[in-house]
Amino acid sequence: MIRVVLPAHLRNLAKAGEEVQLEIAGPVTQRSVLDALEARYPMLRGTIRDHVTQQRRPFLRFFACEEDWSHEGPDALLPEAVAKGEEPLLIGGAIAGG
Amino acid sequence: MSGVRVLVGTRKGAFILTSDGKRDKWSIEGPHFAGWEIYHMKGSPVDANRIYASQTSGWFGQLVQVSNDGGKTWAVPGGEEPPTFPARASNKFVYDTSAETGKPLTTHQWYDGTQHPWEFKRVWHFEPSLHDADTVYAGVEDAALFRSTDGAKSWHEVAGLRGHGTGPHWQPGAGGMCLHTIILDPANPERIYIAISAAGAFRTDDGGKSWKPINKGLYSKYIPDPNAEVGHCVHHVAMNPKRPDILFMQKHWDVMRSDNAGDQWTKISGDLPTDFGFVIDVHAHEPETVYVVPIKSDSEHFPVDGKLRVYRSKSSGNEWEELKKGLPERDCYVNVLRDAMAVDTLDECGVYFGTTGGQVYVSPDGGDTWNAIVHDLPGVLSVEVQTLP
Repeated sequence: MIRVVLPAHLRNLAKAGEEVQLEIAGPVTQRSVLDALEARYPMLRGTIRDHVTQQRRPFLRFFACEEDWSHEGPDALLPEAVAKGEEPLLIGGAIAGG
Repeated sequence: MSGVRVLVGTRKGAFILTSDGKRDKWSIEGPHFAGWEIYHMKGSPVDANRIYASQTSGWFGQLVQVSNDGGKTWAVPGGEEPPTFPARASNKFVYDTSAETGKPLTTHQWYDGTQHPWEFKRVWHFEPSLHDADTVYAGVEDAALFRSTDGAKSWHEVAGLRGHGTGPHWQPGAGGMCLHTIILDPANPERIYIAISAAGAFRTDDGGKSWKPINKGLYSKYIPDPNAEVGHCVHHVAMNPKRPDILFMQKHWDVMRSDNAGDQWTKISGDLPTDFGFVIDVHAHEPETVYVVPIKSDSEHFPVDGKLRVYRSKSSGNEWEELKKGLPERDCYVNVLRDAMAVDTLDECGVYFGTTGGQVYVSPDGGDTWNAIVHDLPGVLSVEVQTLP
């Protein structure tokens, strides 16, 4: 069971709690996690990655195990602790505004 | 007694203001979509309970929300359905480059004069069909027109506009290269007017297949050729449905009128204290009565002398009267953005506008007197009104 923590705006949009849990068969990567997340919460499609390019939105970040995974490729394996459900994948909005 | 529902889009959410026909006591609901920018909300003329909302964010991109109960509850169209193939989504706006219906994706002019690729950013304006609640048009940035025929579950570009040939000469204004005005001609379902900042006004007479610029008579001294076919910073265009061939325009500078469906424009600024501004609208029952909110200049986006004023012309322009009863007399330095004025269709026409300072004003008597419905909302991006039975 994979754990994903969503930012507040996306939690409200998905009508989900702070942390959602997803079943993923196969390698646990950014792409497979987001595929599973969007399948369960279709209203999130296009909010984390662009519909066409599938690129991460510029002001969003992916953190796991106290490291920034935002710039890793979408098919890179996430840490084993995330794959085992011991640690969540954190999706956060970059700090901006005033 | 009939009533009104005012749809207010702000920098931090949507608000719905309702009142009976007297328009003196108001109920305020919101914020809906708290924390998100709501560029525009508009109700269907066919079904007043159907409302489309453009929800956008620098972090999460574009979302579309639809209400089927007059704004009490909202949902992302198709947002609860499993993904489909081919993939569709209510927030998927992809420029049509297909051989069958699309046009090649050209570049447009950038701020520095170089060419820049077209990139979708957000929806500025929704215009629901006059005949079908599930059909709605979206004006987007970078400028293009999209249409949905399934209640906003999926979108298809009306590609003839972007691809008709002048696109490489279009350029963004300070707010982006946005298609902000869509007017459906009630007398001719094949005719649509749109306006883009900064490209100008355009018209189709064949339901969107072909388009032509309608900017003759516009003079813009801030572009290399002041009389150019395109490149004019049109801020808003308004029409009274009873006279669909007569259009009123607030340009960057200049208030204009066309008596022939945009084929030729004439300046009607007349005795306005300044003819810079963003909003313009027409009285619901008096097609010759026009409203603007003069703003000091393109570098000082606030009212002249700190006095918020609406100006009304009862003669289709040139002669304007100052409307000030109930509006701030001093120290007012707000702006009124291009989609932030609307009129209702009650017997005594009501006029509404919202400010970047978070006030929404109503005049229940055609502009003679004004009251603030609310004082302290987030900055107002858009105001629309529905007249309820």
